Amino acid sequence: MSILIQNGRVIDPASGRDEAMDVLIEDSKIARVAKGIQANADETIDAKNKIVAPGFVDMHVHLREPGREDKENIHSGTRAAAAGGFTSVCAMPNTTPVCDTAQGLQFLASRARDNAVVNILPVAAVTVGQAGEAIVEFGDLVYYGAVAFSDDGNPIMNAEIMCRALEYTSMFNVPILDHCDNVDLSKDGQMRSGANSVRLGLKGIPPASESSQVARDIDLAQYTGGRVHICHVSVRQSVRHVANAKKSGVNVTCEATPHHLTLTDAAMEGYDANFKVNPPLGSEDDRRALIEGLRDGTIDCIATDHAPHTDMEKDNVMTEAPFGVIGLESAFPVLYTDLVLTGEIGLNLLLEKITIAPSRILNLKKGTLAEGADADIVVLDLDEEYAIDPQKFFSRSHNCPFVGKQVKGRPVATIVGGRVVFRDGQIVT
Amino acid sequence: MRVATETKTAAERLVQRKHLLGLEEMTKEEILLILDTAKSFKEIFTRSVKKVPTLRGKTVVNLFFENSTRTRTSFEIAAKRLSADVVNFSVSTSSVTKGETLLDTARTIEAMGADFIVMRHGTSGAPWFLSRRNRAAVINAGDGTHEHPTQGLLDAYTILEHKKRFEGLKVVILGDISHSRVARSNIWALTKLGAQVTICGPRTLIPSSFADYGVRVSYDLKEAISDADVINLLRIQLERQQRNLFPSIREYRLLYQINEQRLAMAKPDVLIMHPGPINRGVEISQEVADGPHSVILEQVTNGVAVRMAVLYLLAGSRGLDEAEED
Repeated sequence: MSILIQNGRVIDPASGRDEAMDVLIEDSKIARVAKGIQANADETIDAKNKIVAPGFVDMHVHLREPGREDKENIHSGTRAAAAGGFTSVCAMPNTTPVCDTAQGLQFLASRARDNAVVNILPVAAVTVGQAGEAIVEFGDLVYYGAVAFSDDGNPIMNAEIMCRALEYTSMFNVPILDHCDNVDLSKDGQMRSGANSVRLGLKGIPPASESSQVARDIDLAQYTGGRVHICHVSVRQSVRHVANAKKSGVNVTCEATPHHLTLTDAAMEGYDANFKVNPPLGSEDDRRALIEGLRDGTIDCIATDHAPHTDMEKDNVMTEAPFGVIGLESAFPVLYTDLVLTGEIGLNLLLEKITIAPSRILNLKKGTLAEGADADIVVLDLDEEYAIDPQKFFSRSHNCPFVGKQVKGRPVATIVGGRVVFRDGQIVT
Repeated sequence: MRVATETKTAAERLVQRKHLLGLEEMTKEEILLILDTAKSFKEIFTRSVKKVPTLRGKTVVNLFFENSTRTRTSFEIAAKRLSADVVNFSVSTSSVTKGETLLDTARTIEAMGADFIVMRHGTSGAPWFLSRRNRAAVINAGDGTHEHPTQGLLDAYTILEHKKRFEGLKVVILGDISHSRVARSNIWALTKLGAQVTICGPRTLIPSSFADYGVRVSYDLKEAISDADVINLLRIQLERQQRNLFPSIREYRLLYQINEQRLAMAKPDVLIMHPGPINRGVEISQEVADGPHSVILEQVTNGVAVRMAVLYLLAGSRGLDEAEED
């Protein structure tokens, strides 16, 4: 099986390559990247006026299987990923039951074999049942394929547990994906505290509920030598902590989400729970800090925190609706439209943040178009203009904060392991 | 009943307004129109038959997700004096946790043919949510810690009745501003109407960002109430103390209670207002609560007139006035 992608503009941030070239895929690997490749391929994709880039890698996705298949499952979630240009997604462990044992990973692997159209990289819990009390069998879980550990959604409040987890996981060189939130400070909060929360009468979540935990866990990583990756950084003070830590050589990385990079707490105005996220949308100053962090390297990568919830759950008053928004199918167009076309960051930097950067954090041989690498590739049309419509998504859920937004840019082909899985709006299986 | 004609643009705007959700989104002219209309309704109260046929054949549902005997009764009397049929639909929070969402409850009531839903809900924004999903006119009777527009209107009405103006008046709102929907509705109404508003209380209960809207922020009672024309006191709730927002009722009393000695720092004709229910001996001393400056019971009377005005004006906007008679 071979595929030849011709005439595209090849952007490979891992090597710095950005020029018109052809890409030849043989079996599941990238065979050659060169100009004017003559090959008798089984399939040819004409990428004229299109971008050819490594498939996107999303470190932070909630596939909801097992347990909440009404929100999303591996079948729908990986199709949403493919349609969004993502070829590898980390599956967060806050399922029912929580993925905290080798059996959980084996279940995920078997379901993925039958239903997934992109690579699923399993993340296991840090503590048993994500209860924050007893650490999991990290070694066994790494053996069975866990690429990282996270109690995402249930922040680890006990500093001793966090300390031990960082110390122990440092043996395996895997990161802990750390949802930083001091729940004593954020309790009952609905949105970021500030002038808007006061005006709207919604209980605020102070920025320090995030940044104080970021500071704590950076200090614990520094002390233990463990690897901490701060999830969905949302406030300026957290960005400051990470920047200072990196300067002093602490093993810390972090991500920002498309919604925190493009929206602010002003979006809460209409009491629409599709803007209720955790951490909450911040101020314009926070948003500026995240964009600056992308530029100067403080923020290593972009991850969606794709968090599907049913219409019924989200169509409710603010205190009753759950936190979270979906992101896989809106991430690239929204980031391209609001960050690249506005001149905030370059296209190559955006692609770096969603390809090679997360791959490096997870020690993957992905996110690159190097010859011999896994043939995970996306072809992007940057000119197509359209309005985002969650009713057309492959995701089972519609809780998207960008409904009706006019955007440019769309994946037109997604290739996973040398196989076309998405082409011109359709899943190919 | 006649709507005052000198504020015709406001009347036109209000006629287009389908719901009464909050005062932040209303204009000064709309607020003045409601106050003016309330005045004509209050005149009815001195008659032996306190009833007009304005809303005959219309159904008002009081949908209260939180207990409130005062506000619910006030709306009930207002609607009955307009000849509407009134139904009280009390929903304890426990039946919501049983699985019925606000949307289901509201749809049920809509199916029964309600023309107005007067709603109190513990979540800020709930009336906005409901108004997008329901055909009935929604009147916010208090949402979470956000707004309580009819309370803001009746407070403004009471101030106007006594002071005959808003421009240049010094109004102090004292107490737990953070958790108070009464404070927010008062702030929006009074600042739009031209009063100088000061909010005062312990720093843990005062959102300083109100300064962005032209409100003075003070943590010092004496400084705040000197030369005040109006002091509007808010109820101090024990649960706030339990969450360590202030150390004790005793300390609150020491720092912020309005008693006769402190009353002397304000203007001689200062009005003492309170939305009720009062914690006698906590935010207000017994003597002041029952003293000559207190207009607390007048507020209750005015509440009925203001709520009649709101129902009447919204009915006009919904073409519900075919039952109106001279």
